[in-house]
Amino acid sequence: MEAALQYVATGLMVGGIYALVALGIVLIYKATGVFNFAIGNMMMVGAFVCWSFMVQFGLEPWLSLALAIGVGALLGWLVNQLTMRPLIGQPVLAPVMVTLALAYFFDGLAILIWGGSIRNFPDFLPGERIHLGPATISSNLMWAFLIAILVFGILVLFFQKSRTGLAMRATAESHLVARARGINVERIFGITWAISAAMATLCGVFLATRMGLEITISMVGLKAFPAVIFGGMESVLGAMVGGLTVGLLENLAGGFISTWFMEVTPYIVLLLVLIIRPQGLFGEKRIERI
Amino acid sequence: MAIDRPCGTFDRDYAQDMAIVRTRLQWGLLAAGLAFLFTLPIYSSNHIIHLFNYIGITLIAVQGLNILTGYTGLLNLGQAAFMAAGAYTSGILTAKFGVSFWVALPCSAIVAGLLGLVFGLPSLRIKGFYLAMSTLAAQFIIISAIVNVRPDLTGGWSSLIVPVPKIGDFAFNNQFRMFYLIMPIALLVTFFAKNLVRTGAGRAFVAIRDNDLAAEVMGINIYRYKLLAFFICTVFAGIAGSLWAHWMRAIEPSIFGLHNSVWLLGMVIVGGMGSISGAVFGTIFIRVLDEVAKALVPVISLVFPALSGNISAALSPIFFSIVIVLFVILEPRGLAHRWQILKISYRLNPFAY
Repeated sequence: MEAALQYVATGLMVGGIYALVALGIVLIYKATGVFNFAIGNMMMVGAFVCWSFMVQFGLEPWLSLALAIGVGALLGWLVNQLTMRPLIGQPVLAPVMVTLALAYFFDGLAILIWGGSIRNFPDFLPGERIHLGPATISSNLMWAFLIAILVFGILVLFFQKSRTGLAMRATAESHLVARARGINVERIFGITWAISAAMATLCGVFLATRMGLEITISMVGLKAFPAVIFGGMESVLGAMVGGLTVGLLENLAGGFISTWFMEVTPYIVLLLVLIIRPQGLFGEKRIERI
Repeated sequence: MAIDRPCGTFDRDYAQDMAIVRTRLQWGLLAAGLAFLFTLPIYSSNHIIHLFNYIGITLIAVQGLNILTGYTGLLNLGQAAFMAAGAYTSGILTAKFGVSFWVALPCSAIVAGLLGLVFGLPSLRIKGFYLAMSTLAAQFIIISAIVNVRPDLTGGWSSLIVPVPKIGDFAFNNQFRMFYLIMPIALLVTFFAKNLVRTGAGRAFVAIRDNDLAAEVMGINIYRYKLLAFFICTVFAGIAGSLWAHWMRAIEPSIFGLHNSVWLLGMVIVGGMGSISGAVFGTIFIRVLDEVAKALVPVISLVFPALSGNISAALSPIFFSIVIVLFVILEPRGLAHRWQILKISYRLNPFAY
């Protein structure tokens, strides 16, 4: 029972990180209709940038986090300008292939600049291990979870209240209608990519404080794909629920069945969702017309 | 496609219309090309033959992927894992159970094909990049299963040693001998693919790619043909994997990772989706590009000595990704389309229409 509680607690916290990554994917998908396979790699690059500011330039941790988020946002905006804009209106394979290629581009770039070895990421988040009844949670996971919730709240407010947020929702609804209402759709695309990449950077930094900084932390991005599909491609709430569910299931399977099962559980969930309910929990069912 | 025929070449009967090789010139070129290819080991180095073998094996997997992604329009992000399934089937059968390579090769094709059917099942309900997701799941589940389910048979993450294929006493134990095993199979697979896409099944694939609803209305059993495309694609992957195992003679799961699947898909894109010759061009182009990247490593490390340690690992992904992005943006129809343009302009010469 205590073990179960521990798995649940860890699962939910890790799920918070997945949820944040999933949110980044959903944002871009909603606004532009592109599924960003490179999100894990953007996350990794963001974490390396933060590490550079913190360790190589010796800046304050929180300042370097802010700077890294800025760089991440710029990177996202550039990706949109350089590679996504020429692809508007192309068949679905084109953006899929380009984001996959970008994933390898970021990998190569990171190896070129920072090398392939594992780095120690300074643990700048305050606090000790937290005891929750019989379960213990490391403080950085708790932070990640809290910040994921916070970002989620901010995003919901942003979509409800701000002009840009409303414009983004309108764009998600229909590019044509949004444009007819005087919204600069291409600007919205750029902003969406920037926000998503900034969130990815944040996740990357949390992951790096937890597991050390390495090229392979981009693999966590792949765990967010099942979360997105589970929750539904178009749903912000779905990304949150999906992320937490995948984190939870993964840790329960890892704890009760076997450790290697932990790696494949998200993908088995993914397959089942695709067969049983392809649109996910909160996604829209698309009716196709010829 | 009358326009890409030279002046004076007509079809006088049905057989001529259906022929893949039409003119005497083409027969001559084909014979010369084959003669050149099969005498290649006589006058080239071990390194060149190694590259040709590598291209040949990759071509088999790429032809399969081309039928699924290029012709049927179904994405597959797990081709390398299906190759792994073939490689491990063949490797385990020959190394642990002493089965002959000639039995293990078809077995691995069938195992990979059956796995393809299983992971192709979601394609009955979904398409587009949702399917990319299900094949991505296949990629991770298959590799993880290879590593963890029976590590005593597969060797887990470490490598599995595979014996040399033999006919009687003749062992395919070096690059030159493997060349004569790999190339005929690669050519046969290409020929099979070329013929397949002209049959009813091939036309059904194209109809499903262009509009699956319309195809269904026209009486095509889309589920059957989608699964058939998955089966063919993964059977080719299985053959490629089996050959790979006996070519490298040691296999480990890490060489069949997601990056390899993406590379294979990249070859289909660069060559031009839905073109058999495109698959050949794409495979050669990307593999040669990889060689160029390797050859450039010492040059670039001379220019930027600070980066020298990392260049070798970084250069080929960077080259590959830039090439893919440029092709998707600038020439989405790939090298095959360029080749068509070239052929037509040659045939119309000196007239500009």
